[in-house]
Amino acid sequence: MKVLVSFFAVLVLALVAYAGVEAANLQYLFGVIIPYAAFVTFLAGVVFRILKWGSSPVPFRIPTTCGQQKTLPWIKSSKLENPSGLLGVIARMALEVLFFRSLFRNLRTQLSDGPRLAYGEAKWLWLAGLAFHWSFLIILLRHLRFFMEKVPLPITMIEALDSFLQLGAPLLYMTDVVLLLAVTYLFIRRVGIPQLRYISLINDYFPLFLILGIAVTGVLMRYFFKVDVVGAKMLAMSLISLKPALPEVQIGALFYTHLFLLSVLFAYFPFSKLTHMAGVFLSPTRNMANNSRAKRHVNPWNYPVHVHTYQEYEDDFREKMKGAGLPVEKE
Amino acid sequence: MAKLPNPEELSKIDYAPPSKGWMDTPTEFKPGMFCHGSKPKSLETLEFPNPREWRPADVDWKLPENWKQILLEGIADRLKKYRSFRLFMDICVRCGACADKCHFFIGTGDPKNMPVLRAELIRSVYRKEFTIAGKIFGKMAGARELTVDVLKEWWYYFFQCTECRRCSVFCPYGIDQAEITIIGRELLNLLGLNIEWIAGPAANCYMKGNHLGLEPHTIVGNLEYILDDIETVTGKKIKPTFNRKGAEILFVTPSGDLFADPGTYTAMGYLMLFEELGLDYTWSTYASEGGNFGFFTTNELAKRLNSKIYAEAKRLGVKYIIGGECGHMWRVIHQYMDTWNGPADFLEVPKSPITGTVFENAKASKMIHIAEFTADLMKNGKLKLDPSRNDHLKVTWHDSCNTARGMGILEEPRYVLKNVVNHFHEMPEDTIREKTFCCGSGSGLNASEDMDLRMKGGFPRANAVKFVHDHYGVNMLANICAIDRASLPPLMDYWVPGVKVAGLHELVANALIMKGEKERTTDLRGEPLPGKEQKEESA
Ligand code: HEM
Ligand code: SF4
Ligand code: SF4
Repeated sequence: MKVLVSFFAVLVLALVAYAGVEAANLQYLFGVIIPYAAFVTFLAGVVFRILKWGSSPVPFRIPTTCGQQKTLPWIKSSKLENPSGLLGVIARMALEVLFFRSLFRNLRTQLSDGPRLAYGEAKWLWLAGLAFHWSFLIILLRHLRFFMEKVPLPITMIEALDSFLQLGAPLLYMTDVVLLLAVTYLFIRRVGIPQLRYISLINDYFPLFLILGIAVTGVLMRYFFKVDVVGAKMLAMSLISLKPALPEVQIGALFYTHLFLLSVLFAYFPFSKLTHMAGVFLSPTRNMANNSRAKRHVNPWNYPVHVHTYQEYEDDFREKMKGAGLPVEKE
Repeated sequence: MAKLPNPEELSKIDYAPPSKGWMDTPTEFKPGMFCHGSKPKSLETLEFPNPREWRPADVDWKLPENWKQILLEGIADRLKKYRSFRLFMDICVRCGACADKCHFFIGTGDPKNMPVLRAELIRSVYRKEFTIAGKIFGKMAGARELTVDVLKEWWYYFFQCTECRRCSVFCPYGIDQAEITIIGRELLNLLGLNIEWIAGPAANCYMKGNHLGLEPHTIVGNLEYILDDIETVTGKKIKPTFNRKGAEILFVTPSGDLFADPGTYTAMGYLMLFEELGLDYTWSTYASEGGNFGFFTTNELAKRLNSKIYAEAKRLGVKYIIGGECGHMWRVIHQYMDTWNGPADFLEVPKSPITGTVFENAKASKMIHIAEFTADLMKNGKLKLDPSRNDHLKVTWHDSCNTARGMGILEEPRYVLKNVVNHFHEMPEDTIREKTFCCGSGSGLNASEDMDLRMKGGFPRANAVKFVHDHYGVNMLANICAIDRASLPPLMDYWVPGVKVAGLHELVANALIMKGEKERTTDLRGEPLPGKEQKEESA
């Protein structure tokens, strides 16, 4: 049900754009107005979200320690898994963001007769996750060529590396294949593993289909139904220079479909779980040093509380204390 | 109370989720899976709202008229106060990496015990009330209305989480269900919905200084029994001091160590070690609790209970504090105490009077863990040890959740242990250190009416012990946690009979050669030492 709803939602979105351009000539709407609106929503939304998170303080120092603490000099502490200072935290975060360190720990718990519990390797999620995110990033970077008059060297290098297999014409980009495979795997896993299907929401299927839709329309454009790339670049350049103008040539409805789905992704981003991209940097269980006994951490909303003082305690028990030979403050 | 099924029945676990979605699956309160509700007296002592007689299995929980408003305002307030909470409500991608990492899920197969779903229980309401998408799309966007049934579901499942943080280790964003449970329980406490096993000890601790409600003279009396036992084993008469002003060190340990074995053996260990060192230290009857059941209730109560430690250190004029063996106590002391009740500028940076080592790692909070203290002694060769006195024991090490994942004290106790025992075997790698499994009874769930839950939750821990028991003949499960010492013995009896439970310093004291002691023939438990069985009989 949730899968179908998500799938058809993306399909309808795609058709709307395709038909809009093909039948109703709404190029300006889908090529200029919506992309601008989506981009603004994205920026404003993400900034708003980060400010919102940032406005809540971190009252306590609560890193999840995944290794030996720093104590006595002769005990080797785990600088990456249990950092005691800023450098360690930066390194820990870099590993998380660039290589999904925590996901790499993943295990599969299995119960067999005996009863015996065993914990098997389970690296596929990590691998597919990494493959998906990195290829997504590289594809985004490659797209920068559309927004610049002269394509800078790093981007040409990425393109060259990405197509080093030298297959087909136009040259096949590996990331295109990897992205499609990885997203497909993530989807299959989501419907195939009963527990995962049980926890999944439309909020989980929809972005997967959306990204798949963007990738598929992109691949179709590049390898199968050619669109006018020069025209696309002219549009992109005009958008980024804030002088939006539709090119003279017809770029092709497929392009507008691609652009529209991307716009939807951008607009959807700040309201969804996709904000994990920004959130991961703010996670207090990962981005804090484990040094709370060495360095005082201040809670901005710490307030005085009602305590049971020693004096009250002694008042309650003075006779018993004296009887047991315990010293008292007041005789 | 329902009869506990046997291990064979209990280990038949069905992991297949129900065909109906989780929002449409009502929560069934299964006997043996939850604790008694808090008593009015406990809540009154603690000045908590809505004190009344109530039973979790009853339909009517006697909630205040405006309970929903109280909860929603409570959520809004905590979203503003805790970045963790707000963030963890927003960024979960439901990748499921945490799902099978929770001992309660592994032990029950109940999908709502998957950490991600435990979080969704509250996240769904967050979406409905605090997000645009949830307000517009409702159930389509995973949002749902807060109803009494939802509230009951929260109660049932937030008291089926031991705040162990194992899920957080595996989550790519470090989403920590312990943090969500802590806040969830805080919300429940706004309506007087605690369990008595937490509220009772917390009330005791508030009024009497410790969870067990030991009054000052009882503490002294209990310790005297323990001292008699030490004399029987070693021939040495030890005279510790209480509430003594001007001592160099204040020693604080969980009251469980003074109450029942095997905790009392650990207390014997502390006493013997300190005696041998001639340490200038004192016990306190006011701050006679290291543990903190307030931490399982609300942040505020945790702070109120914790305040006694610094207050007493100040009153007595000690230089610094040593803390005994306890799990959640150390999460609190390590990650919260200084922030709540510091700065401890009236104390000095801890410095071992025996070795001269300065504990820079505690230079702000001024409180060190006894395993840190003892490891330093051993490294500097300050103790005379005969590990062969522990030769009748084949030992494995249980890392407690809080000390492993909320502190990282992994090597110190291992170093100490290896100095005092000859037979040490680690459990499988994926069940120790930061991946350690909970005893199943943490965070105040070690009551007697929820034995089903405890045996199920403790199953993964027990199963790993069983592995080393079967392979290496391990017969002793050592640890640094008072709740472990109380909860692991029944867990072992149930799943791995023949394995006993000991605190680290019991084993230290077994091996410790004390000045002027008589020749020992038994260990601290009164069981014959290896090679001394014969003498026992002929004597
Ligand atoms: C700093 C940047 C980011 C980091 C560190 C990050 C990290 C992760 C991790 C660890 C996962 C879980 C594993 C997985 O399912 O792959 C994940 C899931 C996901 N991420 Fe990201 N991400 C980032 C940016 C993005 C961006 C920019 C997008 C897309 C617009 C995105 C889309 C997704 C999606 C759709 C999933 C869920 C996959 C599924 O359904 O299984 N992420 N991310
Ligand atoms: S591992 Fe983290 S992101 Fe993944 S489902 Fe669990 S809580 Fe959510
Ligand atoms: S904190 Fe521990 S008990 Fe709670 S959900 Fe996570 S793994 Fe389970």
